[in-house]
Amino acid sequence: MKVGLFIPCIVEQFHPQVGEATARVLAKAGCSLDYPPDQTCCGQLQYKTGNWKSARDVARHFIKVFEGFEAVVAPSGSCVAMVRKYYPELFRDDPRERQRAQSLAQKTFELTEFLVRVLGVEDLGARWRTKAVYHDSCQVSRALGIKEEPRRLLSKVEGLELVEMEQGEVCCGFGGSFSLQFPEISEAMVAEKASHILATGAETLISAEISCLMNIGGYLKRKGASIVPVHIAEVLVQRGK
Amino acid sequence: MRIRCLEFSERAKGALRDEMLQQNLQRIGVRFKTARDLAFAALEDPESLREMGRALKEKAIANLPLLLETLEMRVKEAGGVVHWACTSKEARNIVCEIARTKGVRTVVKGKSMVTEEISLNEALQAQGIEVWETDLGEFIIQLAGEPPSHIIGPAVHKSKEQIADLFAQKLGVPKAEAPEELTRIAREKLREKFLNADMGVTGANAAVAETGSILLLENEGNIRMSVTMPRILVTVMGIEKVIATLDDLAVILALLPRSATGQKLSAYSTIFTGPRAPGELDGPEEFHLVLLDNGRTRILADPDRRQSLFCLRCGSCLNVCPVYRKVGGHAYGWVYSGPIGAILTPQLIPPRLARELPFASTLCGACAEVCPVKIDLPKLLLIMRQRLSEDPNFDGGVPLLPRLASRAHGWILTRPRLYRLAARGARLWSKALTEEGRWKWLPPPVGRWGKMRDVPAMQVPFSERWKKLKKELLGGVANEPTS
Repeated sequence: MKVGLFIPCIVEQFHPQVGEATARVLAKAGCSLDYPPDQTCCGQLQYKTGNWKSARDVARHFIKVFEGFEAVVAPSGSCVAMVRKYYPELFRDDPRERQRAQSLAQKTFELTEFLVRVLGVEDLGARWRTKAVYHDSCQVSRALGIKEEPRRLLSKVEGLELVEMEQGEVCCGFGGSFSLQFPEISEAMVAEKASHILATGAETLISAEISCLMNIGGYLKRKGASIVPVHIAEVLVQRGK
Repeated sequence: MRIRCLEFSERAKGALRDEMLQQNLQRIGVRFKTARDLAFAALEDPESLREMGRALKEKAIANLPLLLETLEMRVKEAGGVVHWACTSKEARNIVCEIARTKGVRTVVKGKSMVTEEISLNEALQAQGIEVWETDLGEFIIQLAGEPPSHIIGPAVHKSKEQIADLFAQKLGVPKAEAPEELTRIAREKLREKFLNADMGVTGANAAVAETGSILLLENEGNIRMSVTMPRILVTVMGIEKVIATLDDLAVILALLPRSATGQKLSAYSTIFTGPRAPGELDGPEEFHLVLLDNGRTRILADPDRRQSLFCLRCGSCLNVCPVYRKVGGHAYGWVYSGPIGAILTPQLIPPRLARELPFASTLCGACAEVCPVKIDLPKLLLIMRQRLSEDPNFDGGVPLLPRLASRAHGWILTRPRLYRLAARGARLWSKALTEEGRWKWLPPPVGRWGKMRDVPAMQVPFSERWKKLKKELLGGVANEPTS
């Protein structure tokens, strides 16, 4: 399958190793990959701060870049939710543009759902001896309904012990512009999330959403916690220990 | 009531520093949410019930003009008087006028958010009328001189110790901490007021158009007494509370207590039609129904925002909201708090006075999962953000600078080469600002974020690594990790 690799801006600028791991996982699963170099971003920030005119411009660019692929895959739930849920909404008043948005929406996938639901792949031959806790990002679990897929993939990682945290369904407090506009409230939320994570005694924190990881990971690091935050793509390429 | 929504950030910070409040919020969040989840889990098919609730509200709001006229007709047939109020002020004046012409000296009130919305107590008191809130929670906040902090539990922000202190101070009673004892004190005080009151004032959980009946749910019996004891009864309701039939009422009865408190049924469900009829033993001599618009028809006129009117005021979206659970209801600065408050407030008061509220959410979606009538609250929050930022008719007053920044950012995102160039520039600049992967200084919005969190350093971007990676993947060594 000809897959377009969609690397969200946070991955592109701050966590490129997550993009590399995503590419390796997809290649291992048998996809023929390409990274269209004209891609920029999904326009989520514009959309969620109410600037729909700008969001539409960014979305038009995104659609033009990616509509030629059989499937588009990204290591982030919120960016995929943007394309899948909100692009068709943004263009609802123009039948032609809406049609293009809808057809792209239908073939844009978050990494774990693409592996499990579309490709039917669960075992990628990963090995990692670690006690890990999985964080259900709101955009992955609620907006896209992906809860089981990442856990199935993780259950096939040799040596990985997966534990669950208390109140796992509660938001970590990132929320994009929210955490910039209300950093103190966001901090109180991430502090509570961190306490639930640390209570599990896990050595590794895994998520399918890069922005939650940046938020929780940044907080844990500041607090001097030794737990390692990693994206699920990084777990699936581990062949170590 | 003073509108203080623009102080949201400041008041939220105050709430975060208030350790007592944090403990109280922690307690209610868990308790209400657990009760609600258990009540729905015990149903055979909770989703269908929510679908029915959604469908009946959709239909009722679509037929609102017809239902309201039918309601008016039925209430009149039953001997009641119907008043129409376009604004809060009109509604206040109507109730004050009834009180004045009937020589009312004491009013007892059932818990009602809509009378908070129109600031009725202050208006009646300004006329020299004694007003008593008779719901225990409302009584507590009335003594404290505070607005409600939760739709269902107006005093949930207070612990029983704080309530004991308040009673001792305001009522001159010895300090008693047992909840039973506190309730007894309130009851004794209020019993006397019920016996002397000339007028009862309530809100409405629903009004049935086909019969002209009003539904009131409660657990203390005080609303039933407010309805049946005084000679005059005034019910104030938002026009969106009307439903078509008694069959619809059955659905509301199944949904509302479960969502609000996790009960199968409230301890008291009062359904009454008109004033006391000849031959009846109790009930008021006069019944007045005040139908309040106050911005609701403007909401109705916008198909995108219309579902804001489906809300049953159960409060379940507050209980699961991670923001509400941190900052409490008072931070929102007006009557309605939590996710639904952030949506309703800018639609009911001048939008620019509440412009921050729809942005005070992570859009996590927990609220939409519990809403008994399946309101898509995250979507409404997004629509409110758009209206406030872009709609010239909405007068959102969202500051220009962030809007321009967001637009400029969007403009760059449609120009890939410029985007890469800008990113490269930022990375070069960031090198000067980081030391061993740690930032020495961060530009303003990120700076506040980075006060409590490590911000990752900028890396050689994926786009510049792709060529090499592609070669490697095509070369058949795809399975080896980089590190």
